[in-house]
Amino acid sequence: MSRIERRFAALKAAGRTGLIPFVTAGDPLPDAVVPMLHALVAAGADLIELGVPFSDPMADGPVIQHASERAIARGVGLHNVLAWVAAFRETDNETPIVLMGYLNPVEMYGYAEFAEDAVEKGVDGVLMVDCPLEESHVLEPLRAVGLDQILLASPTTTEKRLAALSEAAAGFLYYVSFAGITGAAQLSTGDIAERVAGIRARSKAPVAVGFGVRDAASAVAIGAFADAVVIGSALVDRLSGATSADDLAGRAHDFLAPIRAALDAR
Amino acid sequence: MTEIADFHAYPDAHGRFGDYGGIYVAETLMEPLAELTAAYEKLRTDPAFIAELDRDLKYYVGRPSPVYHAERLSKHVGGARILLKREDLNHTGAHKINNTVGQALVARHMGKTRIIAETGAGQHGVASATVAARMGLKCVVYMGAVDIERQKINVYRMRLLGAEVVPVTSGSKTLKDALNEAMRDWVTNVADTFYIIGTVAGPHPYPQMVRDFNAIVGREAREQVLEQFGRLPDVITASVGGGSNAIGIFHAFLNDRDVRLVGAEAAGDGIETGRHAASLTAGKPGVLHGNRTYVLSDANGQIVETHSVSAGLDYPGVGPEHAFLKDAGRADYVGITDDEALEAFHLLARTEGILAALESSHAVAQAIKLARELPKDGLVLANLSGRGDKDVHTIAEREGIEL
Repeated sequence: MSRIERRFAALKAAGRTGLIPFVTAGDPLPDAVVPMLHALVAAGADLIELGVPFSDPMADGPVIQHASERAIARGVGLHNVLAWVAAFRETDNETPIVLMGYLNPVEMYGYAEFAEDAVEKGVDGVLMVDCPLEESHVLEPLRAVGLDQILLASPTTTEKRLAALSEAAAGFLYYVSFAGITGAAQLSTGDIAERVAGIRARSKAPVAVGFGVRDAASAVAIGAFADAVVIGSALVDRLSGATSADDLAGRAHDFLAPIRAALDAR
Repeated sequence: MTEIADFHAYPDAHGRFGDYGGIYVAETLMEPLAELTAAYEKLRTDPAFIAELDRDLKYYVGRPSPVYHAERLSKHVGGARILLKREDLNHTGAHKINNTVGQALVARHMGKTRIIAETGAGQHGVASATVAARMGLKCVVYMGAVDIERQKINVYRMRLLGAEVVPVTSGSKTLKDALNEAMRDWVTNVADTFYIIGTVAGPHPYPQMVRDFNAIVGREAREQVLEQFGRLPDVITASVGGGSNAIGIFHAFLNDRDVRLVGAEAAGDGIETGRHAASLTAGKPGVLHGNRTYVLSDANGQIVETHSVSAGLDYPGVGPEHAFLKDAGRADYVGITDDEALEAFHLLARTEGILAALESSHAVAQAIKLARELPKDGLVLANLSGRGDKDVHTIAEREGIEL
C-alpha cells in the first residue's frame, strides 16, 4: 500500500474528510519550505500538494502565477523541490506529497532521471496540469517506479472520458469544481455535489475537490460530499508576505487549523 | 532521419506530427478542444463551407496575392532571381487575415458570440478584430504590456475596430504571456467564446487548422511560379516565429522534394549572445502552450525571455509541424539577426519601393543570402508575409531618428 492509499484508508476508517493544502515550493521563503510543510501537517494537513514553479502556468490564476514568478526569481527549480521533500521526509515518513506543476520542467530534468530521484526523495505522486490522460504515455517512467499520476476531472469532462479517468485514476482523482483557473471566485456547491457523487460511485480512487475552496465554510460545504478538499490560492495568498520561518508557520497554522476543526466537527 | 512518404498525411488522429504536437492542456479544455476538432473536421471538407471561405478570401481579403519578381533587388544582389509572395497586399496587411477569416467562419458555425485572441506584433490582433467587427462578434485581444508599448499603432487600430485590448503584465509581458492569458480566458468562458489562435502552435487542432487556412499562400504561389517561370522555385524562404506564414507557404511544396525550404528565425543580437528567439536553431524539444515542440527554456525548464527587433517573431516556442520538418530534414532553419533583417528592410525599400514588416524582412534577408549562392537563372521565393507600416516607429527609434 502506498502512502497515499494508507492515508485515504485511514481517513475513511475514521470517517474524516481529507484536507489537502497546496503551496508553491519556494514562496514566500525558499529557506523555510521544510518548516512550512511541517507546520501544515501540524495544523491538520492530510496530504500536501507542493507546486513546482513554472514560468507559464496556463491553468493558474494570478495568486499562484505570482507565487511561481517570485520563486523562479529566487532561482527555485525542480532539484530544490526534491531536496526539500527529502528534508521533510527526515522527520515525516507518513504524510503523502504530490508535486503539482507543468511538464516542461520534468521534460528538461528527464523523465527517467526525475522518476528515480523523486521516488528516492520521498515523493508519492505527480499532478501534471498540462498532461491529460491522452498524453500520459510520457509519464510512464514515473508510473513504472510507483509514482501515482494524479488525474483531473472537470465540469466539462464527458461521461465517456470520466469512465476512462475513473479507470486510470491512481492515488486520488482531483475534481476541478468549475471550468476556470485556480483562485477564481465562488462555488455553487449544489451542482458540484451531484457530479462528485457520480464520480465517487464509479472511481476506484478517492475523489478530492478543489478550485474555489477558500475558508472553513466552503471547505465544509465541499467536504460534505468529497473524500478530501484541496485549498490552494487562498492559502498561498495568506502565506505571501511572511517574513520569517516562524511567521510562515504561524500563518499556515492560523489559516488551516480552523478549517481542520470545522471539517472534523461536521 | 526518418523517411517520410507523404508530408501531407500529418497530423495523425492524435494531432501529432511525428513526436511533436498533441494536446497538452488541462482537463477542462479537453472537451472544448474535442468539440472544436469535430466541428472543424466536418467543415473542412464541406463544399458549402469551402465556397464561403473562398468567397471571403477573394472579395474581402483580396486574394490571390501576386508573386512579384523583384528585378532591381535581384540585380543589386547579383545572384538568382528573387520572387516575393505579396501577402503584405492582403486586407489588414499580412497573411494573418487568411487564418482569422477561416476561424471566424468556424466560430459562427459553432454558434459562438465572443472572439478572443492573443497577439504579439498586433497583426493577428488586428486581423481578429477585423473579422469580429465584420461578423458583429465581441472581440477581446490579449497583448503583452511590452508589446503594447512597441506596437502602439496596431493597438489603436484594434480599438478603432471595436476590440478590447487587454494588457498582460504577467511573466515577460510578451506574446507567450498573452497566449497564457487568452487560454485562461477561454477555459473560463468556453461556453460562448471562440479562441482564434494566431499561429500554428497551441493544442490540436490549432496547428492543423491554422496551417490549413494559411496553406492557400503556398497553393497560389506554386501555381503562380509555375505559370510565370515554367518550373518550381529552387528554394523558398519564410520567417518563423510561431511559424504560420512559413507553414502556409511551405505546405504545398512539402512533397516537392527538390524545392528547398528554409525558415528564418529571429537571431536577435546573435544566437551566441543568448538574446534571440531562435527556438528551432538553439532550443530543445519540450512542452509549451499545449503542444510538444522545440522550446527555449533554461536548465530548470523555465521558458526564457526571448529577444527580437520584430515583435511577431518574439516567441520561445514554434509550431510543432516545423519541429517535425526540422527533424525529418525536410526544412532547414537558420537565424537572421536584427541587423541583417534591418539591412534587408532598407534594401527592399530602396530597390523595390516596398516597406516589408520586420518579420518578413528576416525572410528577405535569407532570400538575399541564398540568391548569392545560386546561379542567375535560379529562383528564390520569399514570403513577404506583411507590410512594414506598423514598424516605422521601431525602426526610426532604433536608428536614432525622431519622428
